[in-house]
Amino acid sequence: MSAIVGIVIVSHSADVARGTADMVRQMVGEEVPCAFCGGNPAGGLGTDPGQIQAAIAKVWSAAGVAVLVDLGGAEMNAEMAIELLGDGRGEKVRVCNAPLVEGAVIAAVEASGGADLAAVCAAAEELSP
Amino acid sequence: MSAELHLALIERTAAAIAAHAEELTRLDQAIGDGDHGVNLRRGFEAIAADKEALAALPAADALQKAGMTLVMKVGGASGPLYGSLLMGMAKAAKAGEPLARQLSAGIALVMQRGKADVGAKTMLDVLVPVRDALERHADAAPEEALAAVRAAADAAREATRDMLATRGRASFLGERSRGHYDPGATSSQLLIHAVCDVLEARA
Repeated sequence: MSAIVGIVIVSHSADVARGTADMVRQMVGEEVPCAFCGGNPAGGLGTDPGQIQAAIAKVWSAAGVAVLVDLGGAEMNAEMAIELLGDGRGEKVRVCNAPLVEGAVIAAVEASGGADLAAVCAAAEELSP
Repeated sequence: MSAELHLALIERTAAAIAAHAEELTRLDQAIGDGDHGVNLRRGFEAIAADKEALAALPAADALQKAGMTLVMKVGGASGPLYGSLLMGMAKAAKAGEPLARQLSAGIALVMQRGKADVGAKTMLDVLVPVRDALERHADAAPEEALAAVRAAADAAREATRDMLATRGRASFLGERSRGHYDPGATSSQLLIHAVCDVLEARA
C-alpha cells in the first residue's frame, strides 16, 4: 500500500486548530496522519513557523503533506515554514487554498482513500469560490 | 566601524518600535486584529537581544539573520513580511548592490510573500515611495537624500489614510477601512525614520 498524505491544520487559535483536528479524526480516525498547531510564539493568537515545521515533521509522509490554514498571517507563516524546511522536503508540502475546517475534513477523507497530494489539495480547493 | 553602525541601527529601530508599540496596536485595532505593535516589539526585542552577535557580522549576514529572527519570533503576518524585506535586502547586499537596490530586492520579496502591490494600503505604500526617493537622490549629498527619504515616508504614510484596503485583515472592512492609517505603513515609516536618525548622526 502506498503512503497516505499527511494533514497539518494551522489556525491563529490553538483551540480552533485542536477542534478542527478532532473533526478530522471523527471522520478518518487514525488512518490519516494529522497534526495541528495554533498560537504565536508568545502563546497569544497568531501562528508560529517553528510550530508549523514541527507539525509537518510529525505527520511526515513519503506521499507529502497538505497544510490547511485560516487567515493571511497563517498562510504566510506556513509558506515561510515550508520554504525553510531542509533537504528539499518543501517540494512535498502544499498549502491548500481552502476554508480551514471544511478543507481539512475533505482533504483527510480524500487522503484516507489513498489519493496523492495534488488530488488531496484539489478536493479541498474545490470548496473555495 | 560597521559593527558600530549595526549596533546603532538595531538599538534605534528596536527603540522606535518599543516606543510606538501601543500606537501601532491602536491603529491595528481599528482596522485589523490589534496585534501589530506587540508582535513587532517581540520581534525587535529578539533582534536587540542578539545585537552584539549581529553587529559583528557582515551587513548581508546581519540582515539575513535579523530577517530570520523576525520570521520566527513575530507570530503574525508582519513577521514573514518584514523578515522577507530584510532577507531580500540581504541577498542584494551580498551581491554588493547599493542601498536603493537592496531595498528594491526586499520590496520584491514582500510583494511576493504578501501577494500585494502598491495601493493596497500596506507597508508597500511607504517602502516603494521611499525607495523611489532614494533612487532620485542617488547622487545627492547624504543630508539632502535623507531629508527626501523622510519626507517621502511621511507623505506616503499620510496617503494610506484614505486608501481602500484590499490586502490583509483590513480588507475585510471594505469601505470602512478608509479614514484610518495603515498600521504596517506606519511601522515602516517609523523604521525609516529610525534608520535616517542613525545615518544622519553619522553623515
